[in-house]
Amino acid sequence: MHETDMTKALIMTVRDWYVSQPDPPTIEAIHLVVGQFTCVEPAGLAFAFKAQTHKTFLEGVPLVIRETPLIAFCGPCDRPYHPQIGLQYTCPTCGGAMEDIRSGRELKIERIEYSLEGAKV
Amino acid sequence: MHQTFNAALELNLLHANQEGADHNRAHFDQWGIRCLNLMSSPGAGKTALLERTLAALQQELKIVVIEGDMTTELDADRLRQYGVPVIAINTGRSCHLDSQMVSGGIHTLARDYDPQSVDLVFVENVGNLVCPAEFEVGEHAKVALLSVTEGEDKPLKYPLMFQEADCLLITKMDLAPYLDLDLAQLEANVRQMNPHVTLIPVSAKTGAGLDLWLDWVRSQVQQGAALAMA
Ligand SMILES: Nc1nc2c(ncn2[C@@H]2O[C@H](COP(=O)(O)OP(=O)(O)OP(=O)(O)O)[C@@H](O)[C@H]2O)c(=O)[nH]1
Ligand SMILES: [Mg+2]
Ligand SMILES: [Zn+2]
Repeated sequence: MHETDMTKALIMTVRDWYVSQPDPPTIEAIHLVVGQFTCVEPAGLAFAFKAQTHKTFLEGVPLVIRETPLIAFCGPCDRPYHPQIGLQYTCPTCGGAMEDIRSGRELKIERIEYSLEGAKV
Repeated sequence: MHQTFNAALELNLLHANQEGADHNRAHFDQWGIRCLNLMSSPGAGKTALLERTLAALQQELKIVVIEGDMTTELDADRLRQYGVPVIAINTGRSCHLDSQMVSGGIHTLARDYDPQSVDLVFVENVGNLVCPAEFEVGEHAKVALLSVTEGEDKPLKYPLMFQEADCLLITKMDLAPYLDLDLAQLEANVRQMNPHVTLIPVSAKTGAGLDLWLDWVRSQVQQGAALAMA
């Protein structure tokens, strides 16, 4: 299951960030962006994250996954469209092939939300 | 009061794999090796195609195979009969090869064989129609295989691999007469997401179409050689 590998990469990245901080922060949430046109299933990722962070510094930290839709851009028509995954990928107006994907391929850690014990407000 | 901060990372989850793939490719380039990554669902005919390919090309080109069989050496043993070095990577339960696994294979290649003399490396990926497309391993081109028994709708259902492929082989064409496969529809489906792919129907059993495939492989090796000269 690649969700397991992806989660390993995720945890390693967050750990690198965590140990590089001058004062140990409390991680409040991790925000991911997962495109619909990737091989990653958000539910699988959430499950693997829960399993792999059990009894670690990330136990209980919410994993917030934002899904991005598949959006392609048709050059000849000079406008974006929403291909229908599983059914049709060509431009609904001119029938041109899906060549330019503008959204839906994202697989990234967007940001880490954290707080500091002694932070003065 | 409790204040929260945000650390913007904007880091790709596949970042480490991508870096590893670029590193592998740099090794291949330094040795003047062309690397082709073969991907398909289980049993579409990757090993059978390689058997035919090695038999046809092993006099002409110095070839090495990196074999990503899940748990056994079965495929590797089939290919060793052709007198070609086969480096088997045990992928455990992983559903795809990643760049780190292939890097292990490259180190074996550098240690046990003379990499400068090698022209071509085939990577046989783990049989899986989805995941291998997402994990680059350092290849110069991706070859996808789809057998006629799988149905013409597969590119629509599992688009990633078909979208990424540089060459798509429709395999087991000898079986087509027994099926209701609509080859024109299959091609139209693939071209929805990959209009420029090189599409070649082949049969490893009868040998049909293999000359076109071998020419494509040769043109890949020539491109690699041209790069090494430049
Ligand atoms: N009729 C026919 N059978 C084929 C052809 N190519 C492969 N086969 C058969 O299909 C089965 C699977 O072929 P393999 O070459 O092992 O497939 P593979 O993609 O390497 O399989 P995995 O590595 O397990 O994913 C074998 O029984 C082959 O004999 C072909 O062109 N025609
Ligand atoms: Mg095989
Ligand atoms: Zn259009």
